[in-house]
Amino acid sequence: MTTLTALARAHAVESGCAQPITTVRHVHVADRPFACVPLALAGEANAPLAALVGDERERPRLLVVHQPRDRDQRFGFAHRMGQLFQGYIARFPSVVQERVHESTRPVDGPQLWVPNPRSTAFLKLFGRSTRYRSVDGPYPVEETVPRLGRWLTQFVHEAEYPGQSMLLEATTVLTQHWATGQSAVEDAHLPALMAWLLTPDGMNGRAAALAAEDPVTHPPAGPATDPTFDREVLAPAMAAYDAASNPVARRTAKERLESALRGQLAPTWDLVWQAIGLMRQLPPGERVVKRWVRDVRSNQTFYLRLNDGSPPQPKRDGAVAAARRLSRLERTQANYEAQRAFDDPLVMAEHRLAGNAFVGTVVEVEVDRFTGKARRPLIKVRTDDPVSLVSGTVLDPRRERQKAEILEVEQDEDALIISLELAGGMGNKTKEPPPPRSLPTEGEEVCYSALSDEFKRDGDFPSLDETPWTHGGPPVPVRVTNEDVQEDWS
Amino acid sequence: MDGIRGPAEPTKHNARTIAALTSNPGCARRRVLDAAGVDKKALAEHLGAPAPFGDSPFALARGNVFESIVKANGAAELIRLLREMLDLSLPEVAYHALDNVAGRESLDTRHRRSVQLLREAARSAEDSGTLFAHPLLRLDVGGRAVYLEPDLIAFQIAGRFHIVEIKSFPVIDRRAEPEKVAAAAIQSAVYVMAMRDFVASLGHDPEIVSHDVVLVCPRDFSNTPTAALIDVRKQLTTLRRQLDRLENLDSILGVLPPGLTLELRPDSTGARTRPVGELDEALKHLEPRYAPECLSVCEMSLRCREESQGRTEALGRSVQEQLGGIEFASEVLSLAAGTRPPSIHEEEAARMLRAAHRLRSQCLGETA
Ligand code: SF4
Repeated sequence: MTTLTALARAHAVESGCAQPITTVRHVHVADRPFACVPLALAGEANAPLAALVGDERERPRLLVVHQPRDRDQRFGFAHRMGQLFQGYIARFPSVVQERVHESTRPVDGPQLWVPNPRSTAFLKLFGRSTRYRSVDGPYPVEETVPRLGRWLTQFVHEAEYPGQSMLLEATTVLTQHWATGQSAVEDAHLPALMAWLLTPDGMNGRAAALAAEDPVTHPPAGPATDPTFDREVLAPAMAAYDAASNPVARRTAKERLESALRGQLAPTWDLVWQAIGLMRQLPPGERVVKRWVRDVRSNQTFYLRLNDGSPPQPKRDGAVAAARRLSRLERTQANYEAQRAFDDPLVMAEHRLAGNAFVGTVVEVEVDRFTGKARRPLIKVRTDDPVSLVSGTVLDPRRERQKAEILEVEQDEDALIISLELAGGMGNKTKEPPPPRSLPTEGEEVCYSALSDEFKRDGDFPSLDETPWTHGGPPVPVRVTNEDVQEDWS
Repeated sequence: MDGIRGPAEPTKHNARTIAALTSNPGCARRRVLDAAGVDKKALAEHLGAPAPFGDSPFALARGNVFESIVKANGAAELIRLLREMLDLSLPEVAYHALDNVAGRESLDTRHRRSVQLLREAARSAEDSGTLFAHPLLRLDVGGRAVYLEPDLIAFQIAGRFHIVEIKSFPVIDRRAEPEKVAAAAIQSAVYVMAMRDFVASLGHDPEIVSHDVVLVCPRDFSNTPTAALIDVRKQLTTLRRQLDRLENLDSILGVLPPGLTLELRPDSTGARTRPVGELDEALKHLEPRYAPECLSVCEMSLRCREESQGRTEALGRSVQEQLGGIEFASEVLSLAAGTRPPSIHEEEAARMLRAAHRLRSQCLGETA
């Protein structure tokens, strides 16, 4: 939580309207996203109960487990979901055919939307519980089941890296772009959050959000169901299904159960698509597409692995894999932070407020200044920002290849005058003047910060086979054992 | 104190409600309500702001099924786990079920029976293992003895007791949801404390009750139990502090108007007849300290949220902090826009808010 976002929340409280906290969108919205709204049976470890899934808003597919404690029915659910999801992925040549190269051209690729972080957690466990199943052995399942598990695991794992757009949670994405007049706890409830963003005419956000807290009119966005619904609707409907003694009774009971679950899911389904629509309306940040291309490439690599007989993802990372992962997480986080700020003045404003960035006017330029043979121009920038930087290297995103070294910071009445020595990004001919616009000119507005979107190489890690014994030695390759295949499902 | 509650029976506590006492320790309203044994759930309902949480029958059923699996056959499965975990080579483990005998025993009788058995166990220095299922313990909460009806088993080995807590959330690939483990830890700490009070009352060293509790959960996606030791020393300290505070309410109670009561005055049919306006009036004397976290732990939360409308605390502690601790959203905005001069304490906050306001207006193209 930053001061600017906090201030936006205060504005939302007073105005009754959600407030923007970015000027652009920082995620990619795919042309054909796939939405998944899962429900789980309360109390069980990851027992799917129902889901609405699909890539067409008008045609959600309802998947139901009529008796969630029945193993076969659960795998039937996984099989049907697997068919739909893999059918969806197969429609993207960017994943299953072409090679995608580093590019800034938008490519069409698969994107999964869920209502909230708990749904992601559900899919993560669902991936875990399906990816080790086997097509033969004691409890054979369809091939689609373990493949679904591996795809879900791929999406969920990649979603842990900041800035990705492969798997998007509606509540997370929306709260990264707007502030409401309620707390983060309340924002986690998708209906209440959307009530602030799409407030019905003549209402204020707060009143609309309060109304959206009624679980009867606004069922929870899952995967947990409303306890009262469980008691009064679901439990009797399931009991009736179990008790049905002839095909007619069974069909009636089945329909009743399905319509009850559809009733719980449909409102959330609509909200997820509304969220997608809201995000589409925002213009994308300039660097979003670069990250999206990386997402698509990751899926392509994964697709190849899936088909070349590689084992499923392990239950836990080994020492080297874990260290690599952590290092990649840190780098992605730093790059994402820089990219967001470079793409969005309102995000940059957070850094200005914190004193790590400043916007100001160039008041003096000395172009012909040399250190040895190298041209090292000097500029002075006047800024009103509360800068706390006193030394170090900064850069302006409009001249990303030009480093600026802070030489001096002087107070000038209410403002600061910052002297910067520039290096790079101005051609390398010392005799001729630097190319036009390669250097800031007097009167120009510039923005410098300590942020950097530089590509950093992966740190030096031993290969997996060289994992030191102190860290458990080389990981044993994942082999699906009989125990995994037979793993109990309570 | 009893006056505040009125003639109603004090509410029953359990490990969960006692654990909840630690979640918003600064709230005077809840401290008084809890110390007086007021039924917060009923009160909130009558005020038209019922608690926003409940239990699913499926969750309750799973909990019961799992517990009975763990305890089946003289807790055979549990004993196997304990042997592994505490590295015991027990030849034999005795099992005492202290459950209610056919629902005929009073709490007092059950408690006496538990005391008797545990007293003997604490006295004996024998090296044999003994499990006690469902002992009935007693804890002092706000000067009132509260019976704890735990679904726990106290395990005694080599003169030391371990509390065993059975929970039905899964441990998958040796990981469980941290919030759930945290909740289980503080609830087990309640039992450790009750048990320690008890052995101390017998003149034993309270430390013979271990601060390591055994948490038993289903493993992966199965119903097979798995166990882990959790150190609850930190939770014990928090809990003790909070229970002590419940007893030292004099400073709050001293300033309450005499005759203040929150009774709901049920008539002979049980319908509550107390006018809501009177309750609103009475509650004004008990200062809340609302935070969004209340929504998941306190029955009064919807009511208190209503009262905190327009305040920055309703947006969450970190938001409030970022706004320099200014109390109302409207004040935040007037300080930020510079339309109201800051008081001496607000100067620092005002400077930052004005800077934020300037930047925000610049970026969104509004006039500052
Ligand atoms: S909901 Fe109200 S009474 Fe309960 S802890 Fe929060 S502020 Fe106190």
